[in-house]
Amino acid sequence: MATREVASLRFQVPLSTESLSEERIAYLERLVRQAKTAAAVFTQFSQEEVDGIVKAMVLAGLDQAQPLARLAVEETKLGVMEDKVIKNMVATEFAYNYIKEKRTVGIIREFPDRNLVEIAEPIGVIFSITPITNPTSTVLFKCIMAIKTRNAVIFSPHPNAWRCCSAAVKVMYEAARRHGAPEEVFSCLEEHTLQDNAYLMRHKDVGLIDATGGPGAVRAAYSSGKPALGVGPGNTPVYLEKTADLKTAVTDIILSKTFDNGTICASEQTAVIDDEIYDLALKKFAELGAHVCSEHESKLLACAVIDPETGVMQAAAVGHKATDIARLAGFAVKPNTKLLITPIQGVGREHPLSVEKLFPVLAAYRARSVDEALKVCIDVNHAGGLGHTAVIFSRDEEIIRKFGEVMNAGRILVNSPGSVGAVGGVYNDLPPTFSFGCGTGGGNSSTDNVNIYHYLNIKRVARRTQAHMWFRVPNQIYFNWNAVENVREFASRSTIIVTSPALEQLGHVDLVRRCIPSGTHIHVSIIPDAEPEVKVVMQGVEALNFYKADQIIALGGGSMIDAAKIMKLKYESPEADLEELAAPFLDLRKRVVEYPTEKSHRIRLIAISTTSGTGSEVTPFAVLTDKERARKVTLADYSLTPDVAIVDPQFVMSMPKGLTADTGIDCLTHALEAAVSSYASPYTDCNAMQAIRMVFKYLPVAYEHPGDEEARSMMHNAACIAAMAFSNASVGVNHALAHSFGARFGVAHGRANALMLPHVIAYNASVPTKFLPSPYQMGYVAHKKYATVADLLGLGGHTIGEKVKNLLRATEQLLDQLGFPRSIADLGVSHEEFERAMPDLTKRAFDDPSWRSNPRMPLISELAELFWKAYEGRGQAKVSLAARERIS
Amino acid sequence: MATIAVWIRIDEERVVQSLQDTAERLDGVDREVTLDFSAVHRIDASALGVIVALASVADDKGIKVVLRGVNVEIYRVLKLLKLASRFSFGD
Repeated sequence: MATREVASLRFQVPLSTESLSEERIAYLERLVRQAKTAAAVFTQFSQEEVDGIVKAMVLAGLDQAQPLARLAVEETKLGVMEDKVIKNMVATEFAYNYIKEKRTVGIIREFPDRNLVEIAEPIGVIFSITPITNPTSTVLFKCIMAIKTRNAVIFSPHPNAWRCCSAAVKVMYEAARRHGAPEEVFSCLEEHTLQDNAYLMRHKDVGLIDATGGPGAVRAAYSSGKPALGVGPGNTPVYLEKTADLKTAVTDIILSKTFDNGTICASEQTAVIDDEIYDLALKKFAELGAHVCSEHESKLLACAVIDPETGVMQAAAVGHKATDIARLAGFAVKPNTKLLITPIQGVGREHPLSVEKLFPVLAAYRARSVDEALKVCIDVNHAGGLGHTAVIFSRDEEIIRKFGEVMNAGRILVNSPGSVGAVGGVYNDLPPTFSFGCGTGGGNSSTDNVNIYHYLNIKRVARRTQAHMWFRVPNQIYFNWNAVENVREFASRSTIIVTSPALEQLGHVDLVRRCIPSGTHIHVSIIPDAEPEVKVVMQGVEALNFYKADQIIALGGGSMIDAAKIMKLKYESPEADLEELAAPFLDLRKRVVEYPTEKSHRIRLIAISTTSGTGSEVTPFAVLTDKERARKVTLADYSLTPDVAIVDPQFVMSMPKGLTADTGIDCLTHALEAAVSSYASPYTDCNAMQAIRMVFKYLPVAYEHPGDEEARSMMHNAACIAAMAFSNASVGVNHALAHSFGARFGVAHGRANALMLPHVIAYNASVPTKFLPSPYQMGYVAHKKYATVADLLGLGGHTIGEKVKNLLRATEQLLDQLGFPRSIADLGVSHEEFERAMPDLTKRAFDDPSWRSNPRMPLISELAELFWKAYEGRGQAKVSLAARERIS
Repeated sequence: MATIAVWIRIDEERVVQSLQDTAERLDGVDREVTLDFSAVHRIDASALGVIVALASVADDKGIKVVLRGVNVEIYRVLKLLKLASRFSFGD
């Protein structure tokens, strides 16, 4: 990187191109045109061809490393020739070692487990600014990167390094051309001015600006409106912590700080040394050729090498030897002095030598504690070096970790020299580079060591991921008459039966109690409410704790079983926050809240259903009533699924007709919604379809002949089978509407579902206004699914449209047969009242998670339309079918 | 009588020469010239220069230049250089 003042003199911001002559513009246009053509032609090259060219260039660069280094020192009068040879070799050999096996053409990376492929796309024309401090090495490195990535480059070297840079470009270009690279793939601006740079930075055919220079160049690049790679200024602190291997540390710092006379911007600027080792460290520095300045010498030095007005280093000192700098300051040192060490007492403008010094002068600070040392390092870091580099020598892993956390530096180097360490590939596994990204701290877009990947547009081919599906149900489901006998299989010390007063009176509790193994302590918890609230559930949790229960038997309908699920949740995980767990989500597996996995108790939940509808005995859902806010809170997680389900029809024989109808239609709604759900799978389809078939056949019988054991048994099984389907495929908009309407007007869930059902079938079978993103489903198929249901029921029809209409008609007939009201109006809700409720109804329905798996994404206006259709009543459902083709 | 259309196969090994030959034959064409690139797998800067020059001459003479059998890679080069719009393409 160039020194700040040198670079800032070159690039004024804003840049103007007004003074460019027509001839000069024609010249610049020709350069861009040629580079553009070269880049376009280059797109046809294969990886093998590119690699062949790169190898030839690297060999040519190595061959010319010394002549180019000599030329650089002669021209710039900066640095050390021998070190510049090393830089040139690092820029070629080390860079090659890093890139040789890497793919930069076509597919460069594949991630089979993520169905992702990355493909490289060249940028095209890169406009590259190179510095005076590392002139030839930067050019060599950038040429190699450009060819590896099939880009063309127009170089703009620092004016005082033009000859050596253009020579380096020539070496690279000739080697590349000999091995087949496109013509004019590299060019170098001749006798250029700031206006040339401004013109090229804003040229429409320049794809990227790579500005390796001082803040002026970087600012100009970033303000050009083009994508740009910039680097920031450095001010590298090095912390010598008391556990450090001092011999290594001192050697490395001298090596780094004197390398090319300190021109690499990652080199150490201030050594912060623990008090315990401070004197010894300075002694070792002195032994190896450093001169520790007196207070007077330090003052002279500050006056000579730091501009008192700006507080930054003087350009005259950059890249010069320690002896020359001492002479410049006006004091004498031994002829073999490598480094000047100047003690400082703080950081900032009042301590002039605490800033960046790209020459062999190192500030030294004595730190009385680790905290003080870290704070001073932070101060140095913030005094012009944000985002760049920081170095620590220590054996204390905790201090190294802390240093890494508090330093804002793209490169935090441990037990290695700053300059050569930051370049990468020599002391560590950082990508070799001559451009250090400094992140936002340094006004850059990246903290990376700039490398080949910054010269590529990386395209990602993302294949549709095969969605992971699931089918989860309780471990054990016992069904048919006397299935309750299976309770005997489960040993328990203390069991709580959660049930309702009505079921106790019917003798159902005694039936269950007789099946519990003797020796079990049994407590019956009677919940009087049909739809228990949170406080009632919490009383149940208290009982569980009091009796130290290891088993809950939930005996009841959906509400009772749901209450038991929540009791289990709160008993096992008392810290669980029900309000938080009920937070809305779009995808069950990606939702924000997590259900507790750490459980203080373990308890078995056996669910015995006494209605044939909700299927709560096998579902992962629990609905709780929040009377205060007149709403229902839905919890959903597979951890809520009961451990054992008992589906014994003897518990439903006494269900009254109304309840039989309500719960039966709830079951049908579950099955129909699961069938068309965007989460539907073959595993859920078979359950949903079978349940639908059973409901249409047996529900009218169970309704008309409550004592028909077969019909009762089949409906009880149908409810459980439908629940297995919707436990995994979820439900849809029908439930969202019913939850909202039921809560607002106090209508039973099954009845609310029934009011919506025909309208929702018609709605889902019509061409969606809006599709809901769903990786689980390949296209919109709801209308075809309904047609399949119609076929299964033998309803006839030749086209999908006819079949859906027949299903709609059959559903309406079933509802009529079961005596359901035909409309919301029939319930006695006035038009005005319903209209007043509409904003709230639609809001609640839209907030309800049930519709997230619906085949159509409902708009608020569509929810309102559905509510109004339900208000007006059956027979209003219209099917504008998605397709009218015949099923093949 | 003037030739209405000319069909020329471009030789992979002699792309530049083939294109130059074509440019010279444009005087005998009064409507359309078809350049068959089906044997050409890659195009370089020299060939691009000649093809642009040929397109300019053809424009002046009101002759339509049809490039036939251009592979995807070459088509992409023409698009990158904003040259594709100067030609018609045929299979």
